[in-house]
Amino acid sequence: MFNEFPETIEIDLRTRVNDAISWLLDNFGGVFDFIATVIRTVLLNLEDAITWLPWPLVLGLIALLAWTATRSPLNTVVLTGLMVMIGMFGYYDLAMITLAIIIAAVLISFIIGLPIGILAAQSDKADAVIRPLLDGAQTMPAFVYLIPALMFFGLGRVPAVIATVTYAVPPLIRLTNLGIRTVTQSAIEAATAYGATPRQILRDVQLPLALPTIMAGVNQTTMMALAMVVIASMIGAEGLGQEVLLAINRIDPGRGFEAGLCIVALAVIIDRITQGFADQYKESIS
Amino acid sequence: MADENATVLLECRKVSKLFNDEGNTQAVLKAIRDGVGKDEIQSKLGTVVGVREASFKVHQGEFFVIMGLSGSGKSTLIRTLIRLIEPTDGEIIIDGEDVTKLSEDGMRKVRRNKVAMVFQHYGLLPHKTVLENAEYGLKTRGISWKERREKAQSAIDRVGLSGWESYRPSALSGGMQQRVGLARALSHDPAILLMDEPFSGLDPIVRRQMQQEFGRLQNEEDLTTILVTHDLDEALMLGDRIAIMRDGEIIQIATPDQLVTNPADDYVASFVEGASPARFMVARSVMSDDPLTARDGDSAESAVEMMRERKIWSTFIVDGGNKVQGVMSWETIQRLAQSGGTLHLGTGARKPVTCDSETPIDELFPLVLNTRHPVAVVDDQGTLQGMITKNMLLEALAHDIDYDEEDPESKPDLVASEVETSNQPSNEVTSV
Repeated sequence: MFNEFPETIEIDLRTRVNDAISWLLDNFGGVFDFIATVIRTVLLNLEDAITWLPWPLVLGLIALLAWTATRSPLNTVVLTGLMVMIGMFGYYDLAMITLAIIIAAVLISFIIGLPIGILAAQSDKADAVIRPLLDGAQTMPAFVYLIPALMFFGLGRVPAVIATVTYAVPPLIRLTNLGIRTVTQSAIEAATAYGATPRQILRDVQLPLALPTIMAGVNQTTMMALAMVVIASMIGAEGLGQEVLLAINRIDPGRGFEAGLCIVALAVIIDRITQGFADQYKESIS
Repeated sequence: MADENATVLLECRKVSKLFNDEGNTQAVLKAIRDGVGKDEIQSKLGTVVGVREASFKVHQGEFFVIMGLSGSGKSTLIRTLIRLIEPTDGEIIIDGEDVTKLSEDGMRKVRRNKVAMVFQHYGLLPHKTVLENAEYGLKTRGISWKERREKAQSAIDRVGLSGWESYRPSALSGGMQQRVGLARALSHDPAILLMDEPFSGLDPIVRRQMQQEFGRLQNEEDLTTILVTHDLDEALMLGDRIAIMRDGEIIQIATPDQLVTNPADDYVASFVEGASPARFMVARSVMSDDPLTARDGDSAESAVEMMRERKIWSTFIVDGGNKVQGVMSWETIQRLAQSGGTLHLGTGARKPVTCDSETPIDELFPLVLNTRHPVAVVDDQGTLQGMITKNMLLEALAHDIDYDEEDPESKPDLVASEVETSNQPSNEVTSV
């Protein structure tokens, strides 16, 4: 008799979640529309700006950033070469669209994640609430985020950005929290002794000293956003992710491999450049 | 040197700091008032007594040193003064205001306007330049950019860091980083300068150099300083007064010479045991405050009597206001006495060698050795305060000699024999 779990004690969570989403949509539709408009505006402008740039200028920009960040001729050549490779595969335009989504998602993650991270660092109670939420968010399969995004914002790039942000923001919050909490007590004490307010201490001491850790968080968030972009193509994000999805649907491994390689190339370019700047800053303050 | 009548800038009244005292603060404070020991409180009530009823006053221009071993509560105490650590009990009066009663905001105003602190680990902002670090206190105070720069620059010049303004602290050595910490404090122009083991992290040569430079700055700028240290030499060299702490308690507050010559208990005695008096003693602690004097016109006969009686072979000639006018030797006075004469400045008096009461002992040696007469200790008006003979110097140094405990008489004997030999007129060392 213990082969079947009794139906009498079943909890019907799915109906309640669905009901809650409908209720939110019915009552706060305006809020979601507003969020969608903001994100869409940011995204479109970014896309316009990035796709407006002539490709030689983009290559030049990558070379310049790579050189300033790493001071290594090899890195500069390799990173610029990776961008050339993307172009040679014929994915330059799609890569730029993906880049726009990534930048938008990271920007929004930063705007949301930084204050939450600061809050978690300054209040143990807030930390106790936020920490399990982050643990949950990071173990949740990425596909699950697509569902509410889809329900609240329909198909397209906006829900893709929302899903990407939800998936990518936890490391930023975690590392902001960690960075601020591990700032050396002696600098904080000195600022306090000279009459700094908690706000001044945050601005003058904690954030600047936590910056290398926060930048590591931004870097991780960017990498996760790149991974999520493929998944988000299922709900209509254009760009390289869509190519991978199409390749799967049409059983075209070659095409999928090309697109996948381009995503990796994009990840390497962004990672090396941001990491290089982070290392330089770290060097200068230690 | 601050005198007792100077304004009291900071006063601690029975300040206590307890750790781990939730729920039994009042019980512990009562136990403290009843004189229960630190260990007993800790084992019975589970509360750690960090600072126990610390009371002291710091006067304008004074260099006050708090000395103790690690764990004695000295760093806790200096932090409670500006409530970087919240005191549990007691009053702290800074410039007439009880800061323990102030709100967060009121406390910030005191920190911004009245005190500045130098830390053992410098506490610099690594992402800011030397100049930006030096002006940080002024920035929190809301001083304009231009004024801030000027004051910070002047402070940087005073600590000898000119030319390093645009460097980050990480490019500087430990000693130079501490100079930045000092510049930050000086630019703040504080009424009271707090220093928490500022030189402890530095290597010995740099430490000595910084201590000397800071001693000079303290004098030049008339700073009022409270310095925490575990280094006895530092305390003796810099401090006007020294508070010795043990187990959270101040067990003696004294001037350096009092501390070494008159320790309050065995603990202080063992602490100062290794200190050589010669390194820090001053004229005041060596001199006799009962110098042999005579007025112009006194009879030579009575002067001879006095000199015989006290076995001191020179007499200072003073005027009605006790101002030194000359010094006369035994031979001269005896000659005058034989002819039944009186003492006159014109009858063989010499100009005495003088020093002031704060002259350090190492500067006294040449003075005392280069005259056959005692050295006159005078204040800045020339009034005689005391005198120092060769054997007084030796006697002061003799405190440093390890006497044979079997023979308690050895010390007086030594001194007595020195007196016999060194001050006999027949046994002059040098002449003027």
